[in-house]
Amino acid sequence: MTSGSRHYGARTGMENTMKTVLLISALASVLIVLLIFVFTMKEAMPAFREIGIREMLSGRVWRPGNDQFGILAMIAGSGLVTLGAVALGVPLALGTAIFLSEIAPRWISGIVRPSLELLAGIPSVVYGLFGMVVLVPLVRAIPAPGNVGFGLLSASIVLAVMVLPTIANVSEFAIRSVPKGFREGSMALGATKWETIARVIVPAARPGIISAVVLGLGRALGETIAMIMVIGNSVVIPAALNGNPLTIFLSRARTLTGNIAVEISYATGVHESALFATGVVLFILIMLVNTSARYLLQSSISRGGK
Amino acid sequence: MAFSLLWLTGALSVLIMLFVVGYIMIQGLPGINVEFFTTSPRGGLSGDGGIFSTIVTTFYMVVVTLAVATPLGVGAAIYLTEYSENAESIIVRKLVSAARFGVETLAGVPSIIFGLFGYALFVSALNLGFSIASASLAGACLIIPVIIRTTEEALKSVPVSYREGSLSLGATRWETVWKVVLPSAFPGISTGILLSAGRIVSETAIFFVTLGGSYRVPHSLLSGGRTMALHVYYLAMETRAFDKAMSTAAVLVALIVLMNLSINIITSRISARSR
Amino acid sequence: MTQDIRMRAEGYSLFYGDFKALNNISLDIPLNRITAFIGPSGCGKSTFLRSFNRMNDLIPGVTTEGKVFLDGRDISKEDVVDLRRKVGMVFQRPNPFPKSIFDNVAYGPRLHGVKNRSDLAVIVEKSLKAAALWEEVRDDLHKSGLAISGGQQQRLCIARAIAVEPEVILMDEPASALDPVATLKIEELMNQLKKNYTIAIVTHNMQQAARVSDYTAFLLTDENRAGNLIEFGPTRQIFTTPSDERTEDYISGRFG
Repeated sequence: MTSGSRHYGARTGMENTMKTVLLISALASVLIVLLIFVFTMKEAMPAFREIGIREMLSGRVWRPGNDQFGILAMIAGSGLVTLGAVALGVPLALGTAIFLSEIAPRWISGIVRPSLELLAGIPSVVYGLFGMVVLVPLVRAIPAPGNVGFGLLSASIVLAVMVLPTIANVSEFAIRSVPKGFREGSMALGATKWETIARVIVPAARPGIISAVVLGLGRALGETIAMIMVIGNSVVIPAALNGNPLTIFLSRARTLTGNIAVEISYATGVHESALFATGVVLFILIMLVNTSARYLLQSSISRGGK
Repeated sequence: MAFSLLWLTGALSVLIMLFVVGYIMIQGLPGINVEFFTTSPRGGLSGDGGIFSTIVTTFYMVVVTLAVATPLGVGAAIYLTEYSENAESIIVRKLVSAARFGVETLAGVPSIIFGLFGYALFVSALNLGFSIASASLAGACLIIPVIIRTTEEALKSVPVSYREGSLSLGATRWETVWKVVLPSAFPGISTGILLSAGRIVSETAIFFVTLGGSYRVPHSLLSGGRTMALHVYYLAMETRAFDKAMSTAAVLVALIVLMNLSINIITSRISARSR
Repeated sequence: MTQDIRMRAEGYSLFYGDFKALNNISLDIPLNRITAFIGPSGCGKSTFLRSFNRMNDLIPGVTTEGKVFLDGRDISKEDVVDLRRKVGMVFQRPNPFPKSIFDNVAYGPRLHGVKNRSDLAVIVEKSLKAAALWEEVRDDLHKSGLAISGGQQQRLCIARAIAVEPEVILMDEPASALDPVATLKIEELMNQLKKNYTIAIVTHNMQQAARVSDYTAFLLTDENRAGNLIEFGPTRQIFTTPSDERTEDYISGRFG
C-alpha cells in the first residue's frame, strides 16, 4: 500500500484545517474574558465619571431617584452576610471534613458524603424558597423591634448551608493529603487520636483548609438569587435593632449582587451605569479575595516548611 | 467529648440535607400531577397553572447553550492539551497562556456578572432582546470554562502510549485525536457536559437578566421565557402560590438528583475500566 | 560492507535545548538484517532509535544536527506521516489501543485509505500470521486488544505495525516487559520478520543481542553525558573480538 498522493493531500489538509479551527476555539475563552471586561467597563464608565469611585464606595445612601449612588450599604450587606455564613458554615464544614476523613466508619461516610453532594446540587433558588418559607418565619419569632424575619440572619443561615459542601469537600481533601507519617508519628509518641487531629493533622492541613474557606467566601460573595429572596433588600447600612449588638444580624440588608439583579430590569442612564459599576466593584472584591488567598496559601506553606 | 462534637457535625450535615430536601418534597409532591406537567402557567398574580412552558424553555436552554458551548469548549481543550506544546511561534504560545489565564479567571466570576454582560451585549447591543438566544449565549460563556477544564482532565487521563502508538503508525495528530484519544476520553467529556447541563438547569441569576419572564411556550430562539428555576423565583416573589413554587422546586431537585446519579454512574464506569 | 543499506545516520547529534544528548553518530542499518543497539542505561540508545522515525520531533525543544537517510533520502525533508508508515515502531511496553484486535490491526490500513471490509480482513489475517498471533486469536478478533496477555499484546503491536507494510521496523526493548517464554517467542518472530523487513532493536540484554542480531552497535556516554557510538560491526565480531577496550569491558560484564 503506497500513500496515494491525493489521499495524502486530503489528510494533510485536514490536519492543518483542524489545527486552525481548534486554535480559534482555544481563543474563545480569551475572547470571552476580554468581552466581559470591555463591556462591563464600558457600561460602568459613565457612572465612574459622573459619580466618582470614592463617592460610590463611601456613599451611605443609594437613592437613584435623587441621583444618590452610594454603595456602602451594599458592601456592608455583602460583608456581613458573608461573615455570618463563614461563622456558621466553617465550623460545621470543618467538623464534617474531619469527621469524614478521620473518624467515620465507611458506611457512615457512604451516607454523609452523598448528603453533601446533594446539598451542593440544590439550586440557589430552591434554597431561597426554603429560606422564605421556613427560616424567615422562625427568625421573625425572635423578639426585637423591626424584626421582620427577612435579614442578615436568615440570609447567613441559608448561605452557610450553600457553601458547606464546598468548604467541607476541599477541607477533607486537604486533611486526607496530610502524610500518614504525621499521624503515625504522633500516635507513636503517645498522643490520643483527638490530640493528633487537633495538634498535628489540622495544622498541617491549614493551607488547604484556608483555600477551602476562601473558595467558600468567593462563592458566598457571588451568590445572588438566594440572597434576594431572604435578605430583605432594603438599602440601609445594617444596624442593631436594640441595645444588643448581635441584633445587627436581624437587620434587613442588601448585597452587591442583589443590588444589581433587583434594579437592572428598569434602570436607565446613569442608574444603569451605576449598576454596572457595582458589578465592577464586586468583581474586584472577589479577585482581591482570591489573590489574598493565594498569598496566604504561599506564606502558610512556606512557614510550615512543607 | 470532642469526638461526640464531630459526630454531631456529621449528623448535622445529613439532617440539614434531609430537612431541606424533605421539606421541599413533602410540600411539593401533593401538587404534582399530570396536569401540572402539561399545562402552562396562566400568568398574573395567582400563580395558577402548571409548568409545561417552563419545561420546554428549560429544555431549549440546555440544548441551545450546550450546542454553542460544547464545540468551542471541547475544541479549546483539545488544542490546549494536544497541540499547544509543540507550537513554534511565540505569538501562539502567548495566546495559549492567555487562554489558560482566561479559563481560570472566568471560573471565579459570579453568574450575575455573566448576566450583566449578557444583558449589555446580547440583549441590548446586539438587540437580541430577552430571548433564548441572549440567554444561551450568556450561559455558554458561563459554562465554556467548565467544559474546557473537565475535557482537559479527560484528555490528560488518556495514556500517552496510545498517542505514540498511533503517531508511529503514520497518523496525523488530528487523526490520532479523533480516532484514539477522543473515544477513550469520551466518558470523562460526557461527565463535563452533563455537569454543565445541570448548571444550566439550576442557574437563575444569569437568566433572570437575559431571558425575561414570559410564561408562554417559546416558539423561536428570539422568544423569551422562563426556566423552571426562574419560575420558582417568580412564583415566590410575585405571587402567594408557595405551593406551586414548592412543587416546581421538587421537580427541579428531582431532575438534578437524576443528573448527578448519571454522572456518578459514568464516573464509576470510568474508574472500573481503568483497573 | 557489501550489504545493502536501508537506513543510514551521518554525523547525527541531538540536543534537548542546550544539552547534547547524542554526539556525532554515524552508522548504517543494513537491509533485511537485525541491527542491535546496546549499551548501559542512559546512553541514549532509545533516543537514537527514535530518531529514525522522527518520534523525537514530538518532544518540545529538541534540535538535531547531521542527517538520517532512508534509501538515500534525507528523512527530515520527507513528510513525517509518510515516513512513519515506512518506518514502524514497537514500544517497550505493549500499547494496543482500547479497541478490538481487528480494529487495532486495521487502524493503520484504514488511515491510509483501505475502506473495504474484506480487504481489511485479508490484511488483518496476513499481519497477524506474520506476527505469529493468528492461530491464537483467529476466533476472537472482536475481543479487546487489552484483554490478551502481555506477550500476545506485544505481538499484536507488531502485527499492527506490519499491517501498513513498512520497510523498517524499529523495536525499543520489545521484550523487556515480558516473561521469558514470551520473550523467546518474540525473538523467534524477529528471525522470521527479517526476511521481509529491516529491523533495528534496542536492548539492554546483551545475550539477546548476541542471539538475535546480525550487526551490533555499542553506545556509551562520554564525560559530557552525551551518547557516542563506540563500535559498530557484525555481531559475532563485536562479541568475540571487539576492537575497543570499552566494548570489551561492557561485553564481559565489567560495568553496565
